[in-house]
Amino acid sequence: MIDVSDSEMQAGFVGGAPLIAAIGVTRILSGVVPTTLVHDIDLAIGTNECVAITGPSGSGKSSLLYLLGLLDLPTVGEVRIRGRATAHMDEAERAHARLSTLGFVFQFHFLLPEFSALENVMLPMKALGGLSAVVMRERAMSLLASLGLAEHTMKRPDQLSGGQRQRVAVARALANDPPVILADEPTGSLDSVSSEQVFQILRDLVDQRGKTVVAVTHDLDIARRMDRRILLQDGGIVSDDSGDR
Amino acid sequence: MSLVVDIALTHIRVRARQTLVAVAGVATGVGFSIVMAALMEGSQADFTRQLIDALPHITVTDERRQAPMQPAEIAYDAAEIHGLTPEERRRGIKNPLAIMASLEAWVPGAVAPATKTQALIRYASRDVGVTVQGIDPHREPKVSMLVTQMRQGTLASLYRANNAIILGTRLAERLGARIGSNITVQTTDGANLNSQVVGLFRSGVRSVDESTAYVLIKTAQILAHQTGLVNEIRVRVTEALDAQAVAQRIERESGYKSVSWQEAHEDLLSAFVVRNIIMYTVVGAILLVASFGTYNIISTITHEKTRDIAILKSLGLREAAVRRIFVLEAFMIGVVGALAGWVLGYALTLALGTIEIKNPMIDVTRLPLVYSLRHYVMAAAAALLSSLVAGYFPARKASRLFPVDIIRGAT
Repeated sequence: MIDVSDSEMQAGFVGGAPLIAAIGVTRILSGVVPTTLVHDIDLAIGTNECVAITGPSGSGKSSLLYLLGLLDLPTVGEVRIRGRATAHMDEAERAHARLSTLGFVFQFHFLLPEFSALENVMLPMKALGGLSAVVMRERAMSLLASLGLAEHTMKRPDQLSGGQRQRVAVARALANDPPVILADEPTGSLDSVSSEQVFQILRDLVDQRGKTVVAVTHDLDIARRMDRRILLQDGGIVSDDSGDR
Repeated sequence: MSLVVDIALTHIRVRARQTLVAVAGVATGVGFSIVMAALMEGSQADFTRQLIDALPHITVTDERRQAPMQPAEIAYDAAEIHGLTPEERRRGIKNPLAIMASLEAWVPGAVAPATKTQALIRYASRDVGVTVQGIDPHREPKVSMLVTQMRQGTLASLYRANNAIILGTRLAERLGARIGSNITVQTTDGANLNSQVVGLFRSGVRSVDESTAYVLIKTAQILAHQTGLVNEIRVRVTEALDAQAVAQRIERESGYKSVSWQEAHEDLLSAFVVRNIIMYTVVGAILLVASFGTYNIISTITHEKTRDIAILKSLGLREAAVRRIFVLEAFMIGVVGALAGWVLGYALTLALGTIEIKNPMIDVTRLPLVYSLRHYVMAAAAALLSSLVAGYFPARKASRLFPVDIIRGAT
């Protein structure tokens, strides 16, 4: 187990605590033959970081992302969000933490097919509550416009291209203005042009909006253009490189 | 609109055809439940009305529930005495006029005297044992429906001939008698009267129609060999359902056995209980089958929406919210189905009401139906409950999905 304060030296933290920290995290799937997805992960991610998690297939990249995003629970160790332990949070608290602090972008857009782009972006706002319908609508429109989708707000996912859908998914991830965006192979299902567009959007979130982006990717070119690269192998971190882009 | 309502509405709107099938299932269940209840309760009410109308609501007779104590038993209460000849009492109700006046003072309804005796009617070599009921044609219409049950002749016809008699239609058929036939009425005491048939009545209750004859009260007294005999007081109360309580009070106050229509027909009334159990079982089964349709649609939606559920949960939707989405969908199907079922049930009941039955053996020409708000409320409540239960289980299963399993599977 590492001393989180060592990692604090590497990145800017909010009030001394990393935005997300994994401390001695191991995840084992129970079964007839237990499977270890990740093991002994010590990690601290601060504000305004652009982090790539790379590694070969089956190395535990996505599993680590789900653990950092509170979608999964570690078998051993714990994940802290803004210094707050999450191990003893109940389902409602974890759901609230996801809504307010974390935004997800998946490899496949995972938009609700019956809802328009605008409605999809409004979903997290409605789930979190606290905003009027007018404010939610305005914010969703503004987000879609900022991602070049002003013309497509009323279209359903099946009326959009792959790149457009993924941009809607990014807008949805940003709906509640979370400080962290977790992306699982966000460009994995896109052509090279769309892939570059989506990457640039994620990069801009860090550079222009001060967000933290943690992205799982196979694409070494994209990984190279990020600030920090964490390489996983067989469920363990083999390198954590924050060299020049 | 809240997110839960928004998603639920979208799901059922997008699956319009499946939703319509589920709604149709609930509507059919509710509709047929209403029709069945209307028909069953209608026929029960009709049958009960016939029972009520066949006889006076309460019959006070000169009998007593418990045999009166004999003088020896009163004198020697510590001793058990066998072999005594019971004290002969004069038949009939003592001071009938005084009792009737007393009853008229408080009974909510009307009171009439009657003299009842058993006799044998002989006509065309046929002998039929009957109950001869001596009545007062002026008072009788106030205590029974005999006036409306007359098929030929009137009650006043009893005054038109010496020893005039009114027969039940089935009794007349058995005897082969008709209006104007001269028949012989004999009693076990040896009384013998030649009577003329002046009317025929039909109550709808077979046992009454084939073994009852009406004569003037004085004619019955002659047959009974007892002038002034009144052995029955017939009472009709304003509310037929109060008859039991009124009968009990009459018996308590007068000491004479008072039999309400409920007591007289308790075997038939207890059969209604079984009938109602059968009815509600069938209605419940219909609604249960309808709820399978709702279960099916909600299960299908949750199965199809597995990925969406995972996404919603990964975004931060709580289990309870996911559960509410699908329970709400089931509730909406239940509500729309119940409303459609009300319309269907009402329309079917109206349609059944137009069916005409032409059968000389029965008086009813239309199916007896009851329109009761209770049927609609009960059917809708049962449909909503079964829809909620049908929706809850797939909803609970859906809400417990582990999003990572789905996302990992999808990618």
